[in-house]
Amino acid sequence: MTRIIVGPFNRVEGDLEVTLEVRDGRVAEAWAGSPLYRGFEQILRGKHPMDALMFAPRICGICSVSQSMAAASVLADAMGLTAAPNGRITRNLAHAVENIADHFTHFYLFFMPDFARAEYAGRAWHGPAAERFRAVRGSAAAYVLPVRAAFLTAMGTLVGKWPHSLAIQPGGVARALEASEKIRLFGLLRDFRRHLETVLFGDALEAVAALGSEAALARWAAEKPRGDFGAFLGIADDLNLDKLGRGVGRFMSYGGYPQEAGLLLPRGIWNGGLHALDEQAIAEDVSHAWLDGETRHPAQGVTRPQDEKAEGYTWCKAPRLAGLPMETGALARQVVAGHPLARNLAARGGDVKSRVVARLLEIALILPEMEKWVRQLVPGEPFCAQGEMPGTAAGAGLVEAARGALGHWISVADGRIANYQIISPTTWNFSPRDTDGMPGPLEQALVGAPAGEGDVAVQHVVRSFDPCMVCTVH
Amino acid sequence: MDDRDLSVLWLQSAGCGGCSISLLCSEARDLHASLDSAGVRVLWHPGLSEESGDEARLILERCASGEIPLGALCVEGALLRGPRGTGRFHRHAGTGVVMTEWVRKLAGMARYTLAVGSCAAWGGVASAGENVTDACGLQFEGDQPGGLLGAGWKSRGGLPVINIAGCPCHPDWVTETLTALALGAFGARDLDPLNRPRFFADHLVHHGCTRNEYYEFKASAHKPSDLGCLMENMGCKGTQAHADCNARLWNGSGSCARGGAPCISCTEPGFEEPGHPFHETPKLAGIPIGLPTDMPKAWFVALAALSKSATPKRVRENAVADHQVVVPPVKKTGLK
Ligand code: SF4
Ligand code: SF4
Repeated sequence: MTRIIVGPFNRVEGDLEVTLEVRDGRVAEAWAGSPLYRGFEQILRGKHPMDALMFAPRICGICSVSQSMAAASVLADAMGLTAAPNGRITRNLAHAVENIADHFTHFYLFFMPDFARAEYAGRAWHGPAAERFRAVRGSAAAYVLPVRAAFLTAMGTLVGKWPHSLAIQPGGVARALEASEKIRLFGLLRDFRRHLETVLFGDALEAVAALGSEAALARWAAEKPRGDFGAFLGIADDLNLDKLGRGVGRFMSYGGYPQEAGLLLPRGIWNGGLHALDEQAIAEDVSHAWLDGETRHPAQGVTRPQDEKAEGYTWCKAPRLAGLPMETGALARQVVAGHPLARNLAARGGDVKSRVVARLLEIALILPEMEKWVRQLVPGEPFCAQGEMPGTAAGAGLVEAARGALGHWISVADGRIANYQIISPTTWNFSPRDTDGMPGPLEQALVGAPAGEGDVAVQHVVRSFDPCMVCTVH
Repeated sequence: MDDRDLSVLWLQSAGCGGCSISLLCSEARDLHASLDSAGVRVLWHPGLSEESGDEARLILERCASGEIPLGALCVEGALLRGPRGTGRFHRHAGTGVVMTEWVRKLAGMARYTLAVGSCAAWGGVASAGENVTDACGLQFEGDQPGGLLGAGWKSRGGLPVINIAGCPCHPDWVTETLTALALGAFGARDLDPLNRPRFFADHLVHHGCTRNEYYEFKASAHKPSDLGCLMENMGCKGTQAHADCNARLWNGSGSCARGGAPCISCTEPGFEEPGHPFHETPKLAGIPIGLPTDMPKAWFVALAALSKSATPKRVRENAVADHQVVVPPVKKTGLK
C-alpha cells in the first residue's frame, strides 16, 4: 500500500492536490485538498451590500458571470425586486454565453488533451487524437481559441466586458441593448452554431438534443463521422470511461434561466427518483477543513481560518444536503430537468463519460434557446428595474454555474453586510470528509480507479467534474 | 527553442484565474501561434499546458535551479504571506512548498518578472477588508513600494517587476508586453511611475468613452441603465484611471462604461478599497471629490456650471433615459 500526492493538477482552474492511497494498483482511498485560502466571506463583511456586485465576480475568473448572477439574485431577494423582462433575458444570455463557452473550453482545452498523452501511444485512435487535441500545439487549440474569443464578443455587447462585468444588476442589466445590437447578437449565435454543427457535432444541434438514450447516442455516432464529439465517444468506448469515476448517485440542481413563467431548467434533486430540493437542508461541515466552527446552514455560516488543525486537509468546507454529499454539474442539471439521455446515463450513478456527454448535450440544448431569447428582446422597453436595499434584510441567491449549483446567502444589518456565505459547485463536488467520515463526491469517484505508473485515469476522473478550485476556496 | 526566444513560466498565486481566462479572449487569430511567432515560448502554464503532477513540478525545479534558462516569470494572483508570516494560506499544490517561496526563488532566476493583474501587482481584491491573508503584490503593497520582493528589487534583466495591472488585465496588455520583451524592445523608459507599461497606462479610461458628450455637458446618469455620464453620481473613475479601455475595447466592442458600469479604476493600486460604495460618487457639498487630477477644482466647478446651463435638450433628456428619446435632428441642407 502506498500513499501518493498528485499535484499540481494541470488544466483545472486553480489549486488542487489529491492524496491517494493505492492498493494493488488501484485507488483505495482519496482525499481532495485545496491548498489556497483567499477569504472573500471575511472581505465582504461590513461592506455596502451593493459592493457584492464588485467582489463576487472576482471569486472566479472562469465563471464570473455566474458569481455576478448569484450576487444579483441574492441582492434582489433581499430587496424584494423582480428584474425587468429585457434585463432578465439579457442576464440569461450573458449567463448562457459563459456556461456554453465554459463547456466548450473544458472539452477542448482542459479535458481532451489527456488523450494525446504518450501513455496512450499504443491505441488505434492515438495518432489522430494527438494531432487534434494536444495541449497548446494541437489543431483543435488553434481552431478553438479564435472561435471561443469570437463567441465571447457577445459579452462585450451584452455586459460591457468579460470576465468581471459590473453591468449585471439586481433589477436587470445596467445598459439597454439597441436594435442593431440585438441583430449583432443573433449573428454571433448563428456563427457559433455553425461551428458546433460542423466541427463539434457533425449534425444539427436539434438532432443532438433529441438523442433519447445511450443506445440512440451510440447508433447516431456509428452512422457517420460525428466531429470531435464522435472522436470522444470512440475513445470513451475503448477506455471504458463509462465505468470510470462512478459518483455518489445523488444529483442536485438549483435550476436556471428564469423565464416569464418559472425556470427553464427546474430546481430539484435526483437519486433514482425526482424530489423537491429543501433549501433549508443545506449545511456546511468544517470538520476536515482548516476552519473553525460547527456545521451550519449557510445563512448562519461562519468562516474563520484555523490553520493548525490536526484533522484538516483542505481549505474547502464540506457542503451536505440533509447530511449527504451531492453531485452537481451539467449531468445533474439535465437529469433533474428530465432529459431522457441524461436520465439514462445517470442510472449508473454518474461517470467520466456521462459527465462529458451531459456538458456537450447541454450546449446543443441551450444555444437554440438563446436564439429564441434574443428574439424576445424589445429595445426601447426598460432593461433595469430599480429598487432600494432595506437597512435590515436577508436573502438567498441560487443559480447554476457551468459546474453546477452556486449559492450566495446574505444578511444585511444597519445597511451593511453582516454575513455573506458562498457555496460553489466544486465545493460540493470536491468536498472533504464530513464529521461522519463520509468522503465527498470526487473522493468517492476516485476509489477503484487504476493508479499505477503512467496511469492517466485519475486525471480523467478529476477533469470529468471540471473542477474550479478558486471558486471552491473563495 | 531559439536562444533569443523569451521563455515564459506562468504561476497562479492567490487570484481568481481571470487574468489567464481574459488572455484566452485575445482576438489574435490563434493566441498560441501568435505568441510563438513573436518568439514567446510558454514553458508551462497551469491552465493550458499538458504537464501535470510530477512533470510540472520538474519544470519548476529545473527553472529554479537554472537548468532551464528562464526568460520571464509571470505571476498572476496576490502573494499571501499569512498566517503569521508562514505563507501557508497558499502552498503550491503537490510541492509542499509555499507559493511565496517558489516566487522568490524563480524571480531570482528570471530575466524579467511580470505581475499579471492587479492582485499580483498591488495585492488587489485579495488584500481587501482586514486582509486576513496578509496579501500583497510582487513589489507593491497597495501604492506602497515593497511587497514580496522589496522596493529596490531588480530582475536579472535590470527591470523592476513589470506591473500589467488590471482586474483582469486586457489580453493585449499581456501579449504586447511579452512580445516587446521578446523583441528586446522594452526598457525602463517604457514603464510609468508605478512600473506599468506606458503603452496602456499613459491613457485615461475617459479617452474614447462613448459618454463623452454627456460628460462635457455634465448630463449625468442617475440610475443603472441611464445613458448619461457615470462620473457625477454613479462612481465612475474613468477620468482618473490609467488604462486605454475605451480606446482599445474589450471582447469585440465592449468596455465597462459601454456596459453601463462605472470604471472602478481596476488598474490603480488600492482600487478594491475606495472608501465609498463602488456604485456611488462621493461628494463634498454636492461636488464629486475625485475630479480629473490635472484640472484645478475651481475651473472644473465653473466649467461644469457653465456647461450644465448650455446642455442641449437632446443630451439632457437622453442622459436619464435608457435609450435615445431625442435623436440628433436631421437638417435640411439644401445640398445637391
Ligand atoms: S487581478 Fe482580478 S482578474 Fe486577475 S487574478 Fe486577480 S482578481 Fe482575478
Ligand atoms: S474601465 Fe476601469 S474598471 Fe473597467 S477594466 Fe478599464 S480600468 Fe478597469
